[in-house]
Amino acid sequence: MRVSRVETAANYVILVGFALFALAPVLTIVLTSVSAPLGETGGLHLSNYVDAWTVGGFGRSLGNSVAVAAIVVSLATVLAILAGYAFGTMRFRGSTVLFYLFLLGLMIPTEATIIPLFFDLRTLGLTDTYLAIAMPQVAQSVAFGTFWLRSQFRALPTSLVEAAALDGAGPLQALVRILVPASKPAIVTMVVLVFMWTWNEFLIALIMAPSGSLRTAPLGLANFQGQYTAETALLAAGAVIVALPTVILFLFLQRHFIRGMLEGVAK
Amino acid sequence: MATRDGIYATSRRSRPSHDTGPAGSTQPTGQGPQPDAPRTDAGARPEAPRRTRRPRPSAVARSAATPYLFILPAFLVYGAFALYPLGRAAQFSLFEWKGFGASTFVGLGNYVELAGDADFRAAIANALLLIVFYAVIPLVVGLVLAAVLRRGQVRGMGFFRTVIFLPQVIALVVVAVAWRQIYSPNGLLNDALRAVGLDVLTRGWLGDPGTALAAVGFIGTWVEMGLVMLLMLSGMSRIPGELFEAARLDGAGAVREFFAITLPAVRGEITVALVLTIIAALKTFDLIYMTTSGGPGNTTTVPSFEVYFRAFELREVGSASAVAIVLTALIFVINVGVSRIGERAS
Repeated sequence: MRVSRVETAANYVILVGFALFALAPVLTIVLTSVSAPLGETGGLHLSNYVDAWTVGGFGRSLGNSVAVAAIVVSLATVLAILAGYAFGTMRFRGSTVLFYLFLLGLMIPTEATIIPLFFDLRTLGLTDTYLAIAMPQVAQSVAFGTFWLRSQFRALPTSLVEAAALDGAGPLQALVRILVPASKPAIVTMVVLVFMWTWNEFLIALIMAPSGSLRTAPLGLANFQGQYTAETALLAAGAVIVALPTVILFLFLQRHFIRGMLEGVAK
Repeated sequence: MATRDGIYATSRRSRPSHDTGPAGSTQPTGQGPQPDAPRTDAGARPEAPRRTRRPRPSAVARSAATPYLFILPAFLVYGAFALYPLGRAAQFSLFEWKGFGASTFVGLGNYVELAGDADFRAAIANALLLIVFYAVIPLVVGLVLAAVLRRGQVRGMGFFRTVIFLPQVIALVVVAVAWRQIYSPNGLLNDALRAVGLDVLTRGWLGDPGTALAAVGFIGTWVEMGLVMLLMLSGMSRIPGELFEAARLDGAGAVREFFAITLPAVRGEITVALVLTIIAALKTFDLIYMTTSGGPGNTTTVPSFEVYFRAFELREVGSASAVAIVLTALIFVINVGVSRIGERAS
């Protein structure tokens, strides 16, 4: 297929223009993060990162984020694999209705569940715990993951399960030894997406940990902005610190991200 | 940003077909699991009459209870932390409650009050305008970018795709910090305007009631365009190259080709993109919280911010829950409505 030279040039203009538009805010924040902080002048100030880290307490908030992400990702993955396995490979009464019920979870906005969750968990004395921050996210991720892995397990040939049956495997053995290894790419994609969503989650973390003791990274940044509005250089450094994990993961695992995004929404 | 609760099954293709329906329903068809042709049944008693017995759930699952046991843990968590709270929110919305102490049953009073509530109306109106920025503009931009990448034979396609998609993976809190600096009185935008002599236009973009909403919306455009581009790209990748060749031979230009070939091929993806981005517009919480807190006045408030603000700042839990239920209903209606329109168009 041949494209005229004028058209090719126009195509590049469009692409470069939008690429610059996409990058401009990112570059702005990166450049600001090494610019002179208040009371200093000129030069490259990598020390901003050290200052932001200590002043903003990012060590602690990143640690909280890691803990929450570990709980959400591991629990949601295991539960979704089990449920997706049943929906994807077994026939049973009520499976359609139950599956639609899970599908509903993809449409329930956090805003609708967060108020009762907060007040009910507060009554139980469970706010300001990892459980309060993680479990609502596990629930959302399980809804997505069940839906995601069901189609993965369904797409596998039935002969896999039948062969396992001939070997005398029970349902759990067939899943762990045969189906999970055969589904690694889909599971990795799910893990990557759930990690990213959990890392970036704001509303749940904001409401479920009112005392601030379990602030996650995005909340740490929000808090930092509230306290040091004028310290743009330090604030920018903090922003880069918070954004870095998902950006690095994205750059390394682009295929999984893009495939997941596309298939997740298009399925 | 596409979030967990922002990913929906929308296209018809994806509807769960009924071949995993209740056991004993119609003959299984297609590539779905066909767990129980009797002859796979361990082969022990191939001749045994099995008509009266319910088929086993699958070749390895012998007991009828097995599938339910596998679903149970997921369902308990999902039920306790998603379904049950949704029901509680509906219940809360019928009461007047400050978040502590006694509550008063007011029936649909909270909903009736919303109808005349200026802030709530502003939130809905603002959300509608944000849809232009979050959904309509990214759709146009995404279509153009995908069309260029699909047939323009450009080098560095992977690079452009990655860079333009990048805003999607950055936490919205970080996005807000970056754009606040751009929009600030001494920020990049005003610097650029001064550089070209348009000093009269400079202002604090997020603090000016006339521009704050558009400024927030523009951030939405920046975030969503990469997602839409990628969706369109995946739809367009299904178009066979010969179709473009043929159009070229017939002397069709880029524009005609776009409307004749490209656009019809991605109708399904357009539906998905619109559902996702419209809902993102309705649920803009992080950005609003971090940039304007709904202000100045109520010029940038949106339904999801109203939920938070009413419940935790105004301590009107009932009213906040009513907003949350309206938001949920709105999301359901949009999800179903846009999918229906998409199906009818195709």
